Amino acid sequence: MMEKQVILKTNHIAKYFYEPVKFKALNDVSFEVFESEFVAMIGKSGCGKSTLLYILSTMDTAYEGELFIAGQKITGQKQDTLAAIRNQNIGFVFQFHYLLPEFSCLKNVMIPALKLGKYSYEEIEEQSYQKLELLGIKDQALKPASKLSGGQQQRVAIARALINSPKIIMCDEPTGNLDSKNTGIVLETFQQLSKEFGQTIITVTHDNDFAAKSDRNIEMEDGEIIDHDKKI
Amino acid sequence: MRLNVDSDIALTHLLTRKKQTMIAALGVTVGIGIFIFMISLVVGFNRYSDEALFKAAPHLRIYKDDMLSQPLIPQSNSGYATVIVNPKITNVSNALINPEKIMADLIKQEDVVTVAPQVSVNLFYNNGTSQINGVASGVNILEANAMFNIQSTMLAGDVRNLVATPNGILIGVGIARKLNIQLHDNINITSSVGVVKVMKVEGIFKTSNSNIDLTKSYVNLAVSQQLLHQSSSFVTDILVNIKDPDKAPEFSKRLQRVTIYKVEDWQAANEQTMSSKKTRAVMFGAISLAILLVAAFGIYNIINMTIKEKLNDIAILKATGFSGKDVINIFIKETLIMGFIGTLFGLLLAAGLIKVVSGIYIGGDREYFPIGFELSIFIAGAIIGMLVTLGAGYIPALNAAKIDPIEIFRK
Ligand SMILES: Nc1ncnc2c1ncn2[C@@H]1O[C@H](COP(=O)(O)OP(=O)(O)OP(=O)(O)O)[C@@H](O)[C@H]1O
Ligand SMILES: [Mg+2]
Repeated sequence: MMEKQVILKTNHIAKYFYEPVKFKALNDVSFEVFESEFVAMIGKSGCGKSTLLYILSTMDTAYEGELFIAGQKITGQKQDTLAAIRNQNIGFVFQFHYLLPEFSCLKNVMIPALKLGKYSYEEIEEQSYQKLELLGIKDQALKPASKLSGGQQQRVAIARALINSPKIIMCDEPTGNLDSKNTGIVLETFQQLSKEFGQTIITVTHDNDFAAKSDRNIEMEDGEIIDHDKKI
Repeated sequence: MRLNVDSDIALTHLLTRKKQTMIAALGVTVGIGIFIFMISLVVGFNRYSDEALFKAAPHLRIYKDDMLSQPLIPQSNSGYATVIVNPKITNVSNALINPEKIMADLIKQEDVVTVAPQVSVNLFYNNGTSQINGVASGVNILEANAMFNIQSTMLAGDVRNLVATPNGILIGVGIARKLNIQLHDNINITSSVGVVKVMKVEGIFKTSNSNIDLTKSYVNLAVSQQLLHQSSSFVTDILVNIKDPDKAPEFSKRLQRVTIYKVEDWQAANEQTMSSKKTRAVMFGAISLAILLVAAFGIYNIINMTIKEKLNDIAILKATGFSGKDVINIFIKETLIMGFIGTLFGLLLAAGLIKVVSGIYIGGDREYFPIGFELSIFIAGAIIGMLVTLGAGYIPALNAAKIDPIEIFRK
C-alpha cells in the first residue's frame, strides 16, 4: 500500500478568548489529516470544534502553535496570501451563514471560481450547474439565494465549496438542516469526493450516523483532542 | 464583454438597492451642479466687469509720473545733515519725450496688440450758462476704437465721423443730458490753460459707469494738443493692449525696467475692482465647496450603510478567497458608479441652470445675465466630483477591507 500523504497538520495549537474573561478555548491541539481522508470531528457543544475549524480554514490567525497545509507553513502568512490559499485550496461550509442573498444560487456557486479565474465564464457556469445537480438543487439555480429554504441554502453552500476542486473541504455541521434523504446525498458526495477525486474532507458533526460512515472520527472535549480515532 | 467578479458584485449591490444608489447619486448631482453653476457665475461676472473696465481703460498705460523736488544738498554720508527744502511736486511738463520712438518699440513686442497715443485735457463743457468740468481724451479715434470698442457704447452717431470732422467731439450721455445737447449740436469747451473751442457733437456714448458718462469726451489728437497750446508731437499717455490681459502685471514689470516713465497695468490701476473680484471668487468658492462636502458626506454615509448591511457578504467573500484589496475594489467601484451617475446629471443640472439664468434680463449695456458655458469649468467640475466621491468611498471601503470574517461568523 502507498505511503499516506499528510495534507494538514497542526502543532500544539492553543487559542484564547479575552472577552468577557480570559478563556482557553483550545489547548495543545496537535493532529494530522491525510490526503483523500474523510474525517469527522465530534464532541459536545461548546468543546471548541468551530473554533478549531476557523483556525484550520486560515481565517483565524490569532492563535499559538503552528498550522501546515500541503507542506506549506500557514502560520504567519500575510492576509492576502491566505485569501489566495483559501480560494484555491480550501472549500468552506459554514455553520450558520451561507450565501450572498442578492445573487442567484448559480452565481453564488460561480463567484469563488470567477475569483480564481482559471476557467472561462461559460465553463464555470457549466461546472456550477454540475455541482448543483450533484446536490439535487439544479432546479433552483436561477432563484435568488434568499428565496431558498435553509436546507436548500446549505446544499448550495456545499456546491460552492466544491467549485474550485479544493484539496480540502471543511464543513461546520453541513447536514444540520437536512432531512435524512439529503443528509444521505451529502454523505455520498463526500465519500465520492474523497475516494474518487482524492479530496480531503474535514467536517464537524453532531450526527453520529453521519460520523460513523466517515473514515475517521476525531473527538474533542473542553478544547482538547481526546481521541484521534474514535470508533463509533 | 463580461464584467469581472468585483464589478459584477458591485453592480448587483447597486441594482438591488436602487433607492439608496439614487439618493447618493442625487447628492453628487446637486453638489456638482451648484458647484459648476456658481463658478460659472463668478467667471461670467468677472469677464463682464473686465469687459466694462476695458471699455474705458487700456491693459497698460505709460505716462510721466509727478516728481517731488529733491533736497538742495542731499545727505552725502551719515555724518552730514540733509538740507531740506519743502518737498513739493515739481512743475515740469508731463509730456513724454519722443513718443513715436517709444510706440514704434512697443508695437514690435510680440505680446502687444495695439498701441495708441493719448493726450488728456482737463476742461469745461459749456452750453449757455451751464458748465460741467471733465476730461477730454485726445486720441486717434480709429486706434482708440480698436482698443476700447467705443462704437459698442454709442447711443447716437458714429465714431468714424470724428475722422472726417476735425473739430468733432464724442461726449458722454451724462454731459449731453445736463447741457441739453443733441447729436450734431455745437458745444463750447474751455481747457485748463484757457483755450476756448467750439466743437461739433458727432456722437453720444453710454458706458456702464455714469461718472464717466458725466465727464468724459473724445476729441481728435490735434484738437487736444491745440487745447493745451502744444505741438503735434505732444503726448501725455501711451496706451497699450496686449494679448492676454491677465499677463499685464508681468508685462508692465518688464517694461518698467527699460523706461523712465511710469508703467501702470490695469490691475494696479483698478485695485478696488481686483479686490472685489478676489472676494467674489473666495466667497463663491467656499460656498460651493461646502455644498460639495455635504454631497461627499452623503456618499460616505450610503457606502458606510451598505457596508454595515453587507458584513455577512464581506465575510463570506473573504472566506471564499477574496482579499482585502478585492473588497476595497468592490466598494470603490460602487462609489465610482454612483459618483459617475451623479456627476453626469450634475453636469446636466449645471447646464440647465446656466441656460435659465443666462436668459434673465438685467438691463444695462449687457442686457442679459453675464453667464456662459465654460468647457474648462465643466471639466474641472467633473474631475472634482469624481475625486470627492472617490475620497468619500475610499474611507469606508478601507474599513470594510479590515473586517475579520471570523468575528462575523461567530455572531
Ligand atoms: N468570540 C468568542 N468570545 C469568547 N468566547 C467564545 C467565542 N467564541 C466561542 N467562544 C467559546 O469557546 C468555546 C468553544 O466554542 P465553539 O464555537 O468552538 O464550540 P463548538 O464546539 O463549535 O460548539 P457547537 O457544537 O455548539 O457549535 C465555547 O465555550 C464558547 O463559549
Ligand atoms: Mg460550532
